[in-house]
Amino acid sequence: MAEPGEQIAVESRGAPVGRRIVLGVAALGAAGVVAGRWLSEGVSSVVASTAPGLASVIPAAGGFRIYTVTGGYPEFDPATYRLTVSGLVDRPASWSLADIAELPQTQMTKDFQCVTGWRVDDVPWSGVLLRDVLSACGVESGAEALAFTSFDGVYTESLTLEQAMRDDMLVATTMYGKPIEVKHGAPVRLIAAPMYAYKSIKWMDGIELTRTVQPGYWEVRGYDIDAWVGESNGRTDEPVV
Amino acid sequence: MSPSSEASLPRFSRGERWAHRVLGILVGALLITGAFLFFPDLGSLVGNRQIVTTVHDVAGWLVPVPLVLALFSRAFRADAGRLNRFSPADWQWLRSRDRRSGRIRVGKFNAGQKLNASLTLGALIVLFGTGMVMFWSSLFSDSIRTGATFVHDWVSLALGLLVLGHIWMSFNDATARAGMRTGSVPLTWAEREHPAWAQEMLDTADQRPASAATPSSSRSTSSAVE
Repeated sequence: MAEPGEQIAVESRGAPVGRRIVLGVAALGAAGVVAGRWLSEGVSSVVASTAPGLASVIPAAGGFRIYTVTGGYPEFDPATYRLTVSGLVDRPASWSLADIAELPQTQMTKDFQCVTGWRVDDVPWSGVLLRDVLSACGVESGAEALAFTSFDGVYTESLTLEQAMRDDMLVATTMYGKPIEVKHGAPVRLIAAPMYAYKSIKWMDGIELTRTVQPGYWEVRGYDIDAWVGESNGRTDEPVV
Repeated sequence: MSPSSEASLPRFSRGERWAHRVLGILVGALLITGAFLFFPDLGSLVGNRQIVTTVHDVAGWLVPVPLVLALFSRAFRADAGRLNRFSPADWQWLRSRDRRSGRIRVGKFNAGQKLNASLTLGALIVLFGTGMVMFWSSLFSDSIRTGATFVHDWVSLALGLLVLGHIWMSFNDATARAGMRTGSVPLTWAEREHPAWAQEMLDTADQRPASAATPSSSRSTSSAVE
């Protein structure tokens, strides 16, 4: 039997393992911050090749992070949904989903880069090129910009007419070969592929041709209007090609 | 001194209990708001990203407060010292298959509790640091921002599992839970779960009957160990 006091000594003696664990975890964390860019790419590619479903559950494994600026997701009825094209156009439009499906369809596979740093490689989209939308409606002279609205009632976005005429600006209706999911902006969203993802407005219901650029939701909150990946917002990401 | 079946031992001081309570609420709020920000399908339930982010940021800034205030408590410092030290018996306890049999005499904290405390504190430090990088992201390069986000994501998942495990263990032992709620535990429980500590408390009491560690009846308060 232990002498009185010896038990105390037993517990207060011993290596300070707790402190080592705390410092070790902190050091690992710091190393992870420094190496995180490569680590996260590594984790993403391992997950993508072994358990692709995981990334949709755990965004840290390389998937999309879902941002919405309102409560929950906005609802829509596929039967009554309309995409309106208005403003300085020859033929204003109010298209149903069936109408959109009859416009020339384009597919493209592009990286999806968020301004907060995450990137999802090679996302296949399809839909109607923005310039095909514009040629269907006819752009009036004097129009220099596009203003986009979302039926979430809050979010807005913008592009110059010149940017909108590029061949990587898509009014998207499918993602990974399936109709876009609600969380990704169903039924119609913009994919402004060469720009940071906040330009790619979700739940889009309106395109208006205007004389000047009207800064969008995040742009009045300090983000760059011309949001080229790698050349704006103080970031140096590789451009999306 | 012959301890009756009703005898109890003071286990956690009022300061320790408050620090635990406040930290628990803050970490709970952080894990829940963090889950809303992180998991797409959870986030869709509440949306309002800016409000959730603000709650997360405020709770994050407050996390050091209960920990720093607790350092003013002698009882907290003493328990932190116990959690820090791993005796040979602790390593044996971790390796053994019959760690719950009582063969290895456990002190005030078993080696699992020590591991949990160290890992939790380490994780909180990492999450606080990477959280600051994400908060002041414009001060850091893309690479550091991406790295901080990566570490913050995975460490918070790990901390979430640790906290779930901690809650699970407490739900399996109502007496241990009551110890954190009321501050004292029955001597019989202590002799079963933490025999070396129970022995130590009784020995100390025998040596210095007036000391703070005097085993008291379960009706008396434990304020003497404040």
